[in-house]
Amino acid sequence: MCTGTMENNDDYVLNVSNLSVKLQNQTILDNVSFKLKRGTALAVLGPNGAGKTILFRALLNLVPYTGKIEWAEKVKIGYVPQNIAVDDIPISVKEFLSYKNHVNVESSLSPVRLSNKNVADKTLGVLSGGQLRRVLIAWALTDNPNVLLFDEPTTGVDHDTEEPIFATLSELKEKNKITILLITHDVHIVREYSDYLLALDGGVKFFGESKEIMNPSIQRIIYGETVCAGAPDENR
Amino acid sequence: MAEALTLSLLIGISVGVSAGYLGSLMVLKKMALVGDALSHVALPGLALGILFNFNPFFGAFAFLFASAVIIWHLGRVTKLPFETIVGAMFTVALAVGILLIPEPDLLEALFGDITKVTILETVVAVVISVMAVLLTKMIYRKLVLGMISEELAISKGIDVSRTNLLYLVLVSLVVAVGIKIVGTLLVGFLVIVPAAAAKNVSADLSKYAVLSASFGTVSTCSGILFSSYLNLPTGPLVVFSGIIVFLATVLVKWKAE
Repeated sequence: MCTGTMENNDDYVLNVSNLSVKLQNQTILDNVSFKLKRGTALAVLGPNGAGKTILFRALLNLVPYTGKIEWAEKVKIGYVPQNIAVDDIPISVKEFLSYKNHVNVESSLSPVRLSNKNVADKTLGVLSGGQLRRVLIAWALTDNPNVLLFDEPTTGVDHDTEEPIFATLSELKEKNKITILLITHDVHIVREYSDYLLALDGGVKFFGESKEIMNPSIQRIIYGETVCAGAPDENR
Repeated sequence: MAEALTLSLLIGISVGVSAGYLGSLMVLKKMALVGDALSHVALPGLALGILFNFNPFFGAFAFLFASAVIIWHLGRVTKLPFETIVGAMFTVALAVGILLIPEPDLLEALFGDITKVTILETVVAVVISVMAVLLTKMIYRKLVLGMISEELAISKGIDVSRTNLLYLVLVSLVVAVGIKIVGTLLVGFLVIVPAAAAKNVSADLSKYAVLSASFGTVSTCSGILFSSYLNLPTGPLVVFSGIIVFLATVLVKWKAE
């Protein structure tokens, strides 16, 4: 496997070439290639088992792969996992964030719009889905990343709570010029919050601008011939 | 008599603190029964020490250390839960130990006898306990992060596998020392119940770990003092003392809810 830095190209932060991942003799990802522009948001879409999380794990060098993954120089990656096990661990938000050295809890919670006195002393296990997601974003942001990998931002979050999460991400993209990669099943999120779309199903089914998701011919490529024109959740 | 009691209490405090502290992680990792079963793996080591006339503690520790490494390796290779692997090993070890240990020494191996502790054994127990606590403190955050999310931990550069191995080895050390007080059958209590009691009344991790160590110490010292006063076996009295603490925390939690 080959993880490296790209030759100086200020436009792009990530270049993936012919990436393949095999686990327990099964090909999970096959020949994935794409480039990501700095300061943009890429939505990674696909059914369960399409290889979306495996793609993230390969980008983080957590699984063996073949092909090339090249990051721009001075890239700092923040990672927000989909699932964490906190129900039985009596760890408070303050303690969790302090696992990163020299972190000021109040200032680390303010970019994610969580009031310090309401949340910092609570244990992670009693937080709502949306609050926990935002604490994990705060955790990822404490290292001042310029790239954020976000696995299924809306897992365990009801629709009304999605808005603050994505407002936070949009703000991070616009103000801090953070490049965001997010895994989602939700076409609404693709349309509203991302610039580019990578549709996976073991390999690349589509890579292009997110607005293309509204194009029926692109939908047929992504979802197959049986889907009628108009994406799921179009009227959401 | 006073010297024996002092030595017993010194071991009791050391083991209570270290078993409680390490046990706090064992309960969070849902490996509580691993701590219990692991102690039985010490029996063949104890047997060899008795048969070949060397300090049984070293035999116990050698078997526990080797078992910790085997369990860790098998867990990595087979992806079987630790409980399953330990369950398979401890039954074999228990059977072998009971066959090998001469009958007069069997009761002491199973239930401990802290009245026979020497100054050297006390010093070894205190040094091992202090070292186990200090090393665990250094890796505590890494272990907790690995429990919360292995991906998050690895992405922070934590070698989760090696950290788990070090933790298992430290638990083995503490269990080996604890056998002297309560024996192989009851030493699991020391790594399970004080931590479970602390979990009932803790809202943050640092308080949880300190309480777990404190409850462990209260259990061991109370049991040792009652044993000395009532002239009854120490092991069961340590367990009864600890259970009273546990029930008190259950009451506190129930009232709070």
